[in-house]
Amino acid sequence: MELYGTEIASRLMLGTAQYPSPSVLAEAFRRSGAGIATVSVRREAGGERAGTAFWDLVRELGVRVLPNTAGCHSAREAVTTAQMARELFNTPWIKLEVIGHADTLQPDPFGLVEAARILTEDGFQVFPYTTEDVVLADRLLDTGCEVLMPWGAPIGTGLGLTNVYGLRTLRAQFPDVPMVVDAGLGLPSQAAMAMEMGFDAVLLNTAVAKAGDPAAMAEGFARAVEAGRLAYGADPMEPRDMAAPSTPVIGRAFLE
Amino acid sequence: MTRATVLGAGVAGLCVATELVARGREVTILDPAPRPGPHGCSWWAGGMLAPFCEGETAEEPVVRLGQEAADWWARQGVAVARRGTLVVTLGRDRRELDRFARRVPGHERLDAAGLAALEPDLGGRFDRALHIPEEAHLDPRAALNVLRDRLERAGADFVAGSGRPDGLTFDCRGLAARDVLPDLRGVKGEMAVLRSADIRLDRPVRLLHPRFPLYVVPRTDGLFMLGATQIESDDRTRRVRSVLELLSAAYALHPAFGEAELVEIGVDARPAFPDNLPRLVRRGDTIHVNGLFRHGFLLAPALARRAAEAALQGTRPEFWHEDHS
Repeated sequence: MELYGTEIASRLMLGTAQYPSPSVLAEAFRRSGAGIATVSVRREAGGERAGTAFWDLVRELGVRVLPNTAGCHSAREAVTTAQMARELFNTPWIKLEVIGHADTLQPDPFGLVEAARILTEDGFQVFPYTTEDVVLADRLLDTGCEVLMPWGAPIGTGLGLTNVYGLRTLRAQFPDVPMVVDAGLGLPSQAAMAMEMGFDAVLLNTAVAKAGDPAAMAEGFARAVEAGRLAYGADPMEPRDMAAPSTPVIGRAFLE
Repeated sequence: MTRATVLGAGVAGLCVATELVARGREVTILDPAPRPGPHGCSWWAGGMLAPFCEGETAEEPVVRLGQEAADWWARQGVAVARRGTLVVTLGRDRRELDRFARRVPGHERLDAAGLAALEPDLGGRFDRALHIPEEAHLDPRAALNVLRDRLERAGADFVAGSGRPDGLTFDCRGLAARDVLPDLRGVKGEMAVLRSADIRLDRPVRLLHPRFPLYVVPRTDGLFMLGATQIESDDRTRRVRSVLELLSAAYALHPAFGEAELVEIGVDARPAFPDNLPRLVRRGDTIHVNGLFRHGFLLAPALARRAAEAALQGTRPEFWHEDHS
């Protein structure tokens, strides 16, 4: 999978928040084989570089870091946070979150497009956290985004793919744009489903971090992502109403 | 017998000093500010002795060793309230309560009437709750002062200052020991203290919430401690957002908190190792007691006892690390 010209082996990305400890976080990454770690910088940064110790631990995971603007509620706030993240992690990558609704944490489509435009012009490689809306996707691509991150469900809900039709439509409309289903996944089966639908990767955090055994859950997701991807590439059968036995009945010997 | 030096007069240092004095050692406690106060993160602790609830996210040793805490503090003459912990959720987060119950043994399920019987002021506000009867709480500031007074009476020297003394030394400086323990990191915690005459609670109450978890620990004189944020940072700025979250959650727990007096907003950074478990690290004559994370009052007694035994009797307890570098 190629994201902004960088080849990424694993199609599973993990967030780094809410784990019982950094050691458990590291173990979850190890067992999942995830290739990208998202890191929030808004709240941890404080006035200065106070979050350094934790960020060092994230860097030591040995995976590519995708800083995010989680917790930002306006384009301006997100742009400032992105600039800080670029300095902290020495990367042009930014997962852009602009929250528009406090209760559902739904992206603000207007602020998102505005921030994506500003950041792209500033040389960032933007991964926008968006909905399944195709018009919004089109606008984001217009600003120069080369990757989209549509939600499965609101952040932290674990509801899975709540609008399968919408996600299918989005995938079909932009077949060549790398898309990562981000947020709302609670179970590996939901990640497998996203991969079977042809999404390029999934990103999740709470489902792993808040599991009783985060490392086991991380591995579960990794296997599901692999299974889903294999199935997608294997040209699955179409469902049909008529039962069709896999072994022909004609000519079979009936002994009783 | 040679004196032992304890660096740091926070909860870890005072507990270690207490264990040393109990074994007949003469002790000097060295701290830039040797009176308990807002300069140390123990001052901002909640004082919950809740090993089972902590087990929701903490690892097994926290649950096991934490069970020593209530008796230890009581033996030192600290007022320990053994009235358990209550856990509640707002209506739409009910499943959080089931998840918590799955992970926390030793709980009882309460219905509305059962909850009202324990905490009348919460009656009618929640239709169910968990009660963990074996847990306790204390007032951390009072507890620090009790230990300090007892140590002084037992002849321990409190010296204002810092430095690297010769001889047997217990380094209990928390995050300040990062100069020699590079694995330590700060985990920011913000808390608030409210005063209200309109509500009475006899035991800590935890409000489970997917975004804004809260605990309220009752203290004397109508005071309530609200805690606590947990942010991967050693920034010590009191942020509006954190206070908004704490106060909103308290208001959701009981609207009477909306009329409470805002007495104090506190912040500090907890010292933690990457596994969020404590360590006893021996380097030459120095034993580091550190990384108590959010479990200072819960784990310091167990760690202090083990550190003293290791130094004086040569045992090799849990969490022991030899560092010959």
